[in-house]
Amino acid sequence: MDLHILWFVLLGVLLTGYAILDGFDLGVGIVHLTAKTDKERRIYMNSIGPLWDGNEVWLVTFGGALFAAFPDAYATAFSGFYLPFMLLLFALIFRAVSMEFRSKTTSRKWRQTWDISFFGASTLATFLFGVAIGNSIQGMPIGADKEFLGNILNLLNPYSLLVGALAVATFAMHGSIYLHLKTTGDLQKRIYRQMWRTYGFFLILYILTTMYTLVSRPFVTHNFENQPWAWLVVVLNVLAIANIPRAIFKDKPLYAFLSSCFTIAALTFLFGVALFPNLIVSSLNPQWNLTIYNAASSVKTLGIMRNIAFIGMPFVLAYTIIIYWIFYGKVELGKFSY
Amino acid sequence: MELSVVFLSRLQFTLTIMFHYIFPPLTIGLGTLMVIMEGLYIKTGNPQYEEMTRFWTKIFAVNFAMGVASGIVMEFQFGTNWATYSRFVGDVFGSALAAEGIFAFFLESGFLAILVFGWDRVSQKMHFFSTIMVALGAIFSSIWIVVANSWQQTPAGYHLVGHGSIERAEVTNFWSVVFNPSSVERLVHVLIGAFILGGFMVMSISAYYILKKRHLEFASRSFTIGLLFATVVSILAPVSGHFAAEIVAKYQPPKLAAFEAHYKTGKGPTGMYLIGIPNTQKQKVDYGIEVPGLLSFLVHGNLSTPVQGLDQTKPQNRPPVVIPFYMYHLMIGLGIFFILLTLYGCYLLWRGTLFEKRWLLWIFVVAVLGPYLANQAGWIAAEVGRQPWVVYGLLRTSKAVSPAVSGGQVLTSIIMFGLIYLMLFAVWVYVMNEKIKNGPEEVKPDEMIAHKGGILETAARLVNPSGYSMTGAREKRDIDNNDQN
Repeated sequence: MDLHILWFVLLGVLLTGYAILDGFDLGVGIVHLTAKTDKERRIYMNSIGPLWDGNEVWLVTFGGALFAAFPDAYATAFSGFYLPFMLLLFALIFRAVSMEFRSKTTSRKWRQTWDISFFGASTLATFLFGVAIGNSIQGMPIGADKEFLGNILNLLNPYSLLVGALAVATFAMHGSIYLHLKTTGDLQKRIYRQMWRTYGFFLILYILTTMYTLVSRPFVTHNFENQPWAWLVVVLNVLAIANIPRAIFKDKPLYAFLSSCFTIAALTFLFGVALFPNLIVSSLNPQWNLTIYNAASSVKTLGIMRNIAFIGMPFVLAYTIIIYWIFYGKVELGKFSY
Repeated sequence: MELSVVFLSRLQFTLTIMFHYIFPPLTIGLGTLMVIMEGLYIKTGNPQYEEMTRFWTKIFAVNFAMGVASGIVMEFQFGTNWATYSRFVGDVFGSALAAEGIFAFFLESGFLAILVFGWDRVSQKMHFFSTIMVALGAIFSSIWIVVANSWQQTPAGYHLVGHGSIERAEVTNFWSVVFNPSSVERLVHVLIGAFILGGFMVMSISAYYILKKRHLEFASRSFTIGLLFATVVSILAPVSGHFAAEIVAKYQPPKLAAFEAHYKTGKGPTGMYLIGIPNTQKQKVDYGIEVPGLLSFLVHGNLSTPVQGLDQTKPQNRPPVVIPFYMYHLMIGLGIFFILLTLYGCYLLWRGTLFEKRWLLWIFVVAVLGPYLANQAGWIAAEVGRQPWVVYGLLRTSKAVSPAVSGGQVLTSIIMFGLIYLMLFAVWVYVMNEKIKNGPEEVKPDEMIAHKGGILETAARLVNPSGYSMTGAREKRDIDNNDQN
């Protein structure tokens, strides 16, 4: 396989892994305030306790791989998105701090403060991811020298804000389904209703975004003409979305969760297909797009990295599965939980 | 100095990297000590060693979480603030970073979950394996970071492609990049610095318990392990430092000249200042105590050949002198202090009076600040001494920043980082204090017999899903209270 395409695919795999895994723990944060009592909120936080840290490693590795494989895209995107990326960093740090800090005293005010900051940071991080993806599809003012020429207002356009909202809705649904798996009793019954609500929000925003995309950015389907098999993913995506309510209704939450995982994977995949072979689209001149060819490291580096990835990836997958296996099951609170 | 993007970006990098580097050296050092402790537990079956592993794992986890949070910032920052640098080095750093992500990060964070939360969910052997993997992961990640940084000091295995703003370095030989002239010597020195910190942290907390007459059995055993470990690595530090300095002398002579405030090359042998105040105006050292010929001896192995001074380098390529000089000397001074302190500790341990010397134990409580300072000082000397280059001889720091970023934006993010890091630091101090206050579990004498050879039963008894927290892993008394099985 062409090494440039291979690294585009591998970055897609890392992004998908991150979206699915950190997606549910960000989602738990987004719906955090729907938990009423202190105990319920502790259950929410503890459901992701041993996992969120490992999930964020996918983001770290994605960032590292982007730097390594496509340094120009990494440099342009990160310096162009300066303040949003800084906000993202602060949100991710705040999330971690909120979880650690909340449990340190029992004061109501104290805990409420950290509850709100946990919710706010999770929502903001998710929203910013969505905005970044929206801007990637729609293009940014990139000059001939590969540098970003706009300002922050260019990034906050209606389309990107809509994709940001879709990201929040998707993760809220994903997180609710995950919580349903991890809880019992009355709380689980409430989360059951919440799954339906978040699914409703997701469905509305999904349809809106799809329509908006097809109407105002028709070029996203260009690649489908050469690769008609990609339509299969669209069909599977719709089936997965339809399968979520079916599985919830039939009381098979694990299937609902897997369908939700697949939905996120398919959306990430379609995002990749829409973008290919570009990494960053210039809204000023298509000649100035950063593609997987003109923004890449040398073929030699891509080859070395491929070898490293092929040696390492099986291990990563193996112990990710082992760890989820070990921590599978319902949450119970102990004296030293969050 | 005006508030240019370059100045502000450097300030931000300094702030964030120094904050980050509080944590990784401790996890590297402590990780290795945990392997030793858990290994002793497996070998002897003495539950005291299990308690030690558990307790130090908690300390480890707090610092690991902080390292991850502050580490993400470092990775993003190359792109946000140093876009031109990222374009220049991306091809070379690519492989190193990919290897770090895949081999180190996943290894560490994955097995850490088992280490912290999995005591009751996996077998003892699996747990020990996880401890080894976490310790290895910490060391792996330092390997790739030091390789990348060493390449910036002594570039090798590359060629330059393109011109002007699109010029970049591309790999020609991967192994020459990995084993560039300075990477092995610097890596060894960095790891030794981390091991010293791990040893001193164990001694500091243990000495505190001994002084407070708490957990005496636990504390004296931990202290002994920490002391023996710290003594060995403290003695090795100047040896590895000497080899690292030889590399600097060979490949970055202006940097060595800055370390030693060696302005004028002169004719005869070059001396070395033990202390002094570098005078930038007059290009000499005031109030210095100089050992004649020592630098010539260390660099050239004789007492006649002069060592190259700063005057041999064009003014625009000279590093600043004051900061590298003080930091380098601070590091060496501290290194000597570590050797004297640990050797004296070992002597008293052999005499059997160590734990009665309260004044010395107090010194050990505080002495943990020493390795923190020494690690930071060494890096400051190395990085400031590389100036004005970000990639030595190839890319100037002043040319490496992001063209798309304004000074105002960087100032905003510095203020935000400043606030958030203050808060994070408060969290860290608070949580560490809590961990130390709570202390390890006491092992009851009857348990010591009951537990012997009963690892599996113990593990089986402990299977009871409960809550989790990165910094508050469930402790045994909690299980004993809840366990209805």
